[in-house]
Amino acid sequence: MFSRAYRAAITIPPLLWVALFLLLPYALLFCYSFWSVSPAQAIVHSWTLNNYRELFRVNVYLQTLFRSMWIAARVTIFSLLLGYPLAYYLSFGAGARKDFLYQLVIIPLWVSYLVRAYAWKTILGSGGVLNTLLQYVHLTNHPLNFLLYSPFAVVLTLTHIYTPFTFLPIFASLEHIPRNLIEASHDLGASPLQTFWRVVLPLSIPGVLAGATFAFVLSLGDFLAPLLLGGPSGIMISNIVVSLFGAAYNWPLGAAISFGMLVLVIGLLFLSERLEKKWSFR
Amino acid sequence: MASVTQPEIAPGTVRTVPSLLSIHEVAKSFGPTPVLRNISLDIAEGEFLTVLGESGSGKTTLLRIIGGFESADSGQILMGGERLDPLPPYRRRVNTVFQHYALFPHLTVEENVGYGLRVAKLPKEEIIARVQQALAMVKMTAYAGSKPSKISGGQQQRVALARALVNRPRLLLLDEPLSALDANLRRQMQVELKSLQREVGISFVFVTHDQDEAMVMSDRIALLRMGELEQVASPREIYSRPATAYTAQFIGHTNLLRGEVKGGIVRCHSLSWPVDLPDGPVLFSLRPENIRFAAGASGSNAVHFRARLRTRIFHGATELLQAECADGLVLSLRTASYDNRHGDLDLEFAPADAIPVRDSDDLKKRN
Amino acid sequence: MELPMSSPNRSHWLPWHATLVFGFLYLPIVTLIVYSFNGSGVGGFPPRDFTLDWYRELFTDDAIWNSVLNSLFVAFAAVAIALALGIPAALALDRANFPGKALFRRLVLLPLILPGIITGLSLLMLFREGGMKLSLVTIILGHGTALISVATTEVFAGLQKLDRAQEEASLDLGANYWQTFWRVTLPNLRLSIIGAALLIFTLSMDEIAVSFFLIGRDNTLPLEIWGRLRRGITPEINAISTIIFVFSLAAIVTWYRLRARAEGRVEIAAELVEAAS
Repeated sequence: MFSRAYRAAITIPPLLWVALFLLLPYALLFCYSFWSVSPAQAIVHSWTLNNYRELFRVNVYLQTLFRSMWIAARVTIFSLLLGYPLAYYLSFGAGARKDFLYQLVIIPLWVSYLVRAYAWKTILGSGGVLNTLLQYVHLTNHPLNFLLYSPFAVVLTLTHIYTPFTFLPIFASLEHIPRNLIEASHDLGASPLQTFWRVVLPLSIPGVLAGATFAFVLSLGDFLAPLLLGGPSGIMISNIVVSLFGAAYNWPLGAAISFGMLVLVIGLLFLSERLEKKWSFR
Repeated sequence: MASVTQPEIAPGTVRTVPSLLSIHEVAKSFGPTPVLRNISLDIAEGEFLTVLGESGSGKTTLLRIIGGFESADSGQILMGGERLDPLPPYRRRVNTVFQHYALFPHLTVEENVGYGLRVAKLPKEEIIARVQQALAMVKMTAYAGSKPSKISGGQQQRVALARALVNRPRLLLLDEPLSALDANLRRQMQVELKSLQREVGISFVFVTHDQDEAMVMSDRIALLRMGELEQVASPREIYSRPATAYTAQFIGHTNLLRGEVKGGIVRCHSLSWPVDLPDGPVLFSLRPENIRFAAGASGSNAVHFRARLRTRIFHGATELLQAECADGLVLSLRTASYDNRHGDLDLEFAPADAIPVRDSDDLKKRN
Repeated sequence: MELPMSSPNRSHWLPWHATLVFGFLYLPIVTLIVYSFNGSGVGGFPPRDFTLDWYRELFTDDAIWNSVLNSLFVAFAAVAIALALGIPAALALDRANFPGKALFRRLVLLPLILPGIITGLSLLMLFREGGMKLSLVTIILGHGTALISVATTEVFAGLQKLDRAQEEASLDLGANYWQTFWRVTLPNLRLSIIGAALLIFTLSMDEIAVSFFLIGRDNTLPLEIWGRLRRGITPEINAISTIIFVFSLAAIVTWYRLRARAEGRVEIAAELVEAAS
């Protein structure tokens, strides 16, 4: 239907840009991961597998990776536990207030990550709002130290950030369920609880998968929350990468970890997509 | 199951014979708008009852109240003598075939059909047996493993039917299930549904706006109009003895004649004939097929008149002719198509075919 | 549909759960705002001494205002780039068939779900190998690239709702493809484009993960704040955060209203997330 000039105009510029600023950089990342750094802090363009060997040889990398995955897993689970009932309530129980409540959920989503992480820092600190509140009402005598500079703080903050992210696709998939299916299920003798288990939940799985993937992948690669709130025990894999590009100056090693993360993330995305397809109206 | 021919029931009468479902003075409004006004209706065991009405008549609301998806503002519903209305849908021995079938997309055909049985936690072997039986009954055995998205609308409709019937409800509700089908498939399904109902013996309450459909399938028709029952009777009864002008016009074609009775004679434009009615204004319904060409020296009590042919509408097996009398009265009559008369016609009808009906306009004024 | 009216076990805990979640979501924001007016600074309970001092200090803080200007500059440029490439990309995905279309679609949407560190680092390497010094320009390139996905998704959704018949009518009446595009397609996409611009602008103003690696001499606002956070907490930060929140709120509510005008129910944020998966 469209002229060749038109087709060229709409496909070539974006393709070029994407090739230059996405594909090429990823390719560079790949290359860097095989290079090394000289003692004089120059990048040596000779090809070697040393970086990858290093990752498996030295414990700290795998340990941090697993700790990061465990943090990401907790964030995902808590976000789902908070987000799913919220989405269910808005979709089925909120009636006229649905629109307003929906806006209420997406507002924190778009308010600065930094602002929200910082806010938690002021709340959780030993001189912070929560601790002084607890002491003020005499629930505790001294500040609770585990609140801040710990994995707990990171999980809490990231759960706060990503709950709206899990809410959105779950809400969308719940909204797509035709209401007469609920009535049909009741008609056939299933109570609301049975209806949820047999009809609503299976049909909402694609949304759950999408939200969970989002939360997990983004939590895994997060470096800001650990820097602000994680303390030494809350360091995540991205923090290691950041230091390798900063003070510890080993770009190739950092690139190796980053590329590994890229592969891991893309793998998770593919897996999630396959599962979602399997579960969409099965 | 023996065919049920029931005597005409005036709207609002509660039958004295025990019935399956008893709807008593049910009313429902959505906000300020009344949708059902004091409906009372009894449904007998094994009968095929059609609730017929235009959109907005309240027929779907009535069905949903019986099914438990809406609750009435006032009134009661009893099944087998016990109150049905406080129960949620999943505790009623009533099943519904929804208008757009509402098949579960994530389950296969046989999983759909067996849903109610699984919820009731029946033993596995029984579920399998009953599902197979239900699928055979609707001729969908070959599609047992298919997903709803892969079968046609008519096939989905059969699955919805099987899914409802497999639970052996005491009453089956059908919410315009044939409206999404094309005309030929629709006619076929009408016949199949009717024979299915006979075979299974369960009472069916069928909602539709299509009066032909209602006539074909029902043991009784309940005509609903603006939230009130206009007439409840068998198809034959409702056709040949409509109670109101609305009924006469809604079901089939008719001529409405206004007249004045005085001393046992009614005068209607230039026509007059003896009637056994009190003095005063009267409205008659006269079906077009009851106006015939005058046969010359025929029975003395037929009403004769002349009219000039104005238009002919071809209907295939019959034609609808419109003829105008000298005084301006226009009447429709139905003839066989091969009849070629034209110009001035000699026509007659039997006085007994002019049925007095209640005027429906006063009902409109009550709003 | 509501939960059935005659249901005996109509869930009572759901509204409570919802309230708790909303409380959790808004607690930090409310705390921030309240304490931005707190005389004794950050932390401590209960807040006392209502004051506007922190806001006053903010207004005399040159570094902050410089960073705000920088951020605005970056944001406008990012919007321009993202739209200039995102609109054609959306059109291409909606209408054209070309080899590698599936790969293209995934690539365009990838930055949406990829952790910012990967996007940032890979671009850093590009600039380094290309001999480009880090500055606001590199940040603009980074934001633009990352946010093309937002533009594409929004405009694509708008295209889906577009009535093809209008374009066909235009062609039928003698306009060629370009004229049809300018006179019919683009005006119909107006709301989507404005919504996308608003969203991209807001996201760019708040962006920190990618900017972290591409920063040169000049700071954007988030990075300026970040720098101060490393040095210690001051109540000024509460004040600027509150202001950021108010602007974000205005932007998002406006965006929502625009989208609601374009269609009945708003699922765009959800589409963004779905598209990314």
